[in-house]
Amino acid sequence: MPLARLIPCLDVAHGRVVKGVSFVGLRDVGDPVELATFYSAGGADELVFLDIAATPNDTATLTSVVAQVADVLDIPFTVGGGVRSVDDATRIIESGADRVSLNSAALADPSLITAIANRFGSQAVVVAIDAGDGVVHTHGGRVATTTPTVPWAVEAANRGAGEILLTSIRQDGRRTGFDLELTVAVRSAISIPVIASGGAGSAQHVADALRVADAALVASIVHENPAGLAGLRREIERCGVRLRPIKENR
Amino acid sequence: MSDVVVVDYGAGNTRSVRAALSRLGRTSEVLSDPQAIRGAQFVVLPGVGSARSAMEHLNQTGAAEALRERFANGGPTLGICLGMQLALETSEEDGGVEGIGLLSGHVRRLHTERVPRLGWALVEPWGDAYYFAHSFAGESPDSVATSEGVTVAVQRGPFFGVQFHPEKSGAAGLDFLERCLSPA
Repeated sequence: MPLARLIPCLDVAHGRVVKGVSFVGLRDVGDPVELATFYSAGGADELVFLDIAATPNDTATLTSVVAQVADVLDIPFTVGGGVRSVDDATRIIESGADRVSLNSAALADPSLITAIANRFGSQAVVVAIDAGDGVVHTHGGRVATTTPTVPWAVEAANRGAGEILLTSIRQDGRRTGFDLELTVAVRSAISIPVIASGGAGSAQHVADALRVADAALVASIVHENPAGLAGLRREIERCGVRLRPIKENR
Repeated sequence: MSDVVVVDYGAGNTRSVRAALSRLGRTSEVLSDPQAIRGAQFVVLPGVGSARSAMEHLNQTGAAEALRERFANGGPTLGICLGMQLALETSEEDGGVEGIGLLSGHVRRLHTERVPRLGWALVEPWGDAYYFAHSFAGESPDSVATSEGVTVAVQRGPFFGVQFHPEKSGAAGLDFLERCLSPA
């Protein structure tokens, strides 16, 4: 197995980073490019950008941000939010993103997963699942569907998804630890990797998640102290989870 | 003329490769023109997309033949991910595809615990961790490095191929690219 990954997630709206990023050490907290560089230097293994205000009019803005990030970042990154068609995915990947993340668009039309995977390979397609009470939720976790979580993950994998980004809406934002039971239930039903998300409040929480998942998504725990990312990595390793050795920056 | 020609095959993330080259102070251009490929100081065959559509594009444009001539004339070339796989003889991706055939060997579907094989992994005997994102891998007598038992680098003469993405592998990846661009 490749090494466990620690993935900071940045929410963006209209080309700016929003929500909860502490300003310590940053000239412009809203600049996705500066934050991306900062987290990359701090040892992020990968980044996820979620466009939380994606509207069709924002396409050009998002594409331009992706291109600017790609020009400075030397680690992989995934872009989600507002990917509704193969054309959307193509624009984002050709602008330099490694992967796109699909959420409600994949639920509405699961064939979109296959179409993007056929064009760019499964490794370029992440399916994000917001899960709670055994079912998939939409609209940022506010609306419950009737689709059960585990069978949807299995279908997404069968249709060509390369990874599942699994968020527990019960744990999200509570900082009391990941939903390990949910993570195990989904991951043991499929053979593609799983990113656990929702609930990171400490290094121990992240380490616990990384024992049952392939990667952990972190948000507020790093955004409150972006400079603390390197320290967080060391603490996770002290909890017994091996992360990648970081080579000194050139 | 640019320092590096990045071969265009219609699909693929060439922007990140060019950004990495630019960080190393190299100019680059994205082309499929056979003459440019034959004459370039250094060529990168990047890798995202599917084997069949990539080979169709390389054959139609004459880029595949130009890469073979370049190889015969000793022109240094780096294949990345799919670009490494395409340099072998055949791939079982997309129901079977003939590669460019610069090196012996075949590309097969991975049977690791999780596929795609995603993330950072140590490469032996080099020791550093690099970023991988693949569902297929080469099996070749020209293997020069492995990761968890998978062949992840091949070399014969002026062609070097790697399964990982040096342009996405942080400082380790940039160091690797620099070594390729300025051989001792």
